[in-house]
Amino acid sequence: MTATPTLDLEPAGPPPAGFGLDGKRRRVADGAFRLAALASGLSVLAILLLIAVSTSQKALPALRQEGIGYVTGSRWAPNIDVFGALAFVSGTMIVSAIALALAVPVSFGIALFLSEFAPRRLRHITIYVIDMLAAVPSVVFGLWGLIVLAPWIVKIYDWIADKVDPVPVLNILFGKPVNGRSFFTAGIILALMITPIITSLTREVFDTVPPGQKEAAWALGATRWEMVRGAILPHSRTGMIGAVMLGLGRAMGETIAAALVIGSSARLTLHLFSSGDAMAAVIANQFGESGGLHRSALVAMGVVLFAMTIVVNMVARAIAGKTPSAAPVRGRR
Amino acid sequence: MAVPSPIDLTSTNVQRSRRLRNHLATSFVYGSVLVAAIPLGFVLFYVAKKGAGVVDLAFLTKDIPIVTRLPGPGMGPAIAGTLLITLAATLMAVPLGILAAVYVTEYGQGSRLAGAIRFLSDVMAGVPSIVMGLFIYTIWVLRFGQSAFAGALALGALMLPIVIRSTESMLRLVPNALREGSAALGASRSRMIMTVVLPAALPGITSGSLLAVARAAGETAPLLFTIGAARAVNPNLFEGSNAALSTQIFVNAQQPFVGAQNRAWGAALTLIVIVLLLTIVARMVSRRFTLR
Repeated sequence: MTATPTLDLEPAGPPPAGFGLDGKRRRVADGAFRLAALASGLSVLAILLLIAVSTSQKALPALRQEGIGYVTGSRWAPNIDVFGALAFVSGTMIVSAIALALAVPVSFGIALFLSEFAPRRLRHITIYVIDMLAAVPSVVFGLWGLIVLAPWIVKIYDWIADKVDPVPVLNILFGKPVNGRSFFTAGIILALMITPIITSLTREVFDTVPPGQKEAAWALGATRWEMVRGAILPHSRTGMIGAVMLGLGRAMGETIAAALVIGSSARLTLHLFSSGDAMAAVIANQFGESGGLHRSALVAMGVVLFAMTIVVNMVARAIAGKTPSAAPVRGRR
Repeated sequence: MAVPSPIDLTSTNVQRSRRLRNHLATSFVYGSVLVAAIPLGFVLFYVAKKGAGVVDLAFLTKDIPIVTRLPGPGMGPAIAGTLLITLAATLMAVPLGILAAVYVTEYGQGSRLAGAIRFLSDVMAGVPSIVMGLFIYTIWVLRFGQSAFAGALALGALMLPIVIRSTESMLRLVPNALREGSAALGASRSRMIMTVVLPAALPGITSGSLLAVARAAGETAPLLFTIGAARAVNPNLFEGSNAALSTQIFVNAQQPFVGAQNRAWGAALTLIVIVLLLTIVARMVSRRFTLR
């Protein structure tokens, strides 16, 4: 069953009477269908090309004015047409890093729980919880983050800032918060949103571990954790990295939740409890009231973001080997 | 079972540190489930609590108030808009996505072009939703203005790769014997696909598409610059600005007024109910007709 011979589906003779279409019309219909399918497939290529061309074109005026300064300059002043997006690029990276730092261990834990640790009933409930987490729209997370989480968590930020005040490096990262809207709050919300993705991709990888390897570990007297470390993790390492990268791609592009809770202030800082801004959030918040070169600069931000996510996604796919979402192949091939 | 073992490996005898490590790992794994479930519980709790006090018949049907400061109902136009835009996006993206998947699995098998289309649909799935909004803004809104259709184009573009991927994996599950049987009866390829392959994969395709629809219904970023902000119901797909629940939540959440924030919670409850209904139906479809 490994190599399926390709089928010659062209009929040798005329179709039996009563089959509906005569040979010629039938061939035409067949060809038309094939063409429609091909055109639909090519539409993906067409849309991607259109995205690249149309947005780059609109972004050109701003990029031409700023040159490389667009991504290296840190001053963003639309009123005098100065556009340096460095603060937003770094903001996107900071928020994504926080989101990953929070979401990755949790996602791996849940994936392990689902594939190795969970009793049957808890497993179903957990799958349900993860599905729900994936189903909640990002704007709802943003709403909750803005109105409920931010005012509450600022007290915790305050407490942490007090504690780490004398510690050299930490007091730069975790200084006094202004209000709850900050890089860190945005990171928490994004972590919630990327957890389902990383979890399900990681779980798919865990499920491909050959049972024989797990049984071998059991037979050697391993504890469950030793079985995980000895059989599952080594086999899944690349797939797990791929899952994390795909989560990163998602976190970088996530817009609305971040736009609501990040605080919207253009500043280049490593201070995680301060308000900041990220690329996607800036587009969402400023586009409506922008015009002229400012609007062009915001489209340019979209182009840069698009390029960044494509690179991250491609690296992810390359690391994971083949595309994880198409992995379960049972019936064919 | 009763074979005597030279070394006793029953769990009571495993060294203490190994047992400790195993316990630590187990509690970490259980803990991570809690860490994910607790915030979800809080989010759903607040949406249900705050939303339930706002949502009533007037809220679901009345127009959106012009003065955001004042409390009081109205999300009717946003509900109608969300349904209209999502439906239009579905009608565009689902047939196109299914046909594209048919090309990749049924015609292109292993060809370079099919591989390229699969790869590109992966790339497309990674396009940030806000970039989709900018894209439709530059090619459509700048020429034809904001409308529900512009929003539908943006949502459709987001749905397309999801539909392609899920349909593709479902088509791969259809046993080859069905295809061979159909060919042996003299059916043409298009007839085989329409009458044998697609019906066999239909439940999976339906549930995958419904999940894509649910995802699209909750999207905000692609609609921000494409549909405008209507305050009355606009049933015209192609003309005039429209409203959506997601964008209304976004706008109202940022208002300092309790009345507006309450409308955001009400809209959030309505939107979550719509999305969860779609998700649950999708799960039921896929569970009832699981293809084995």
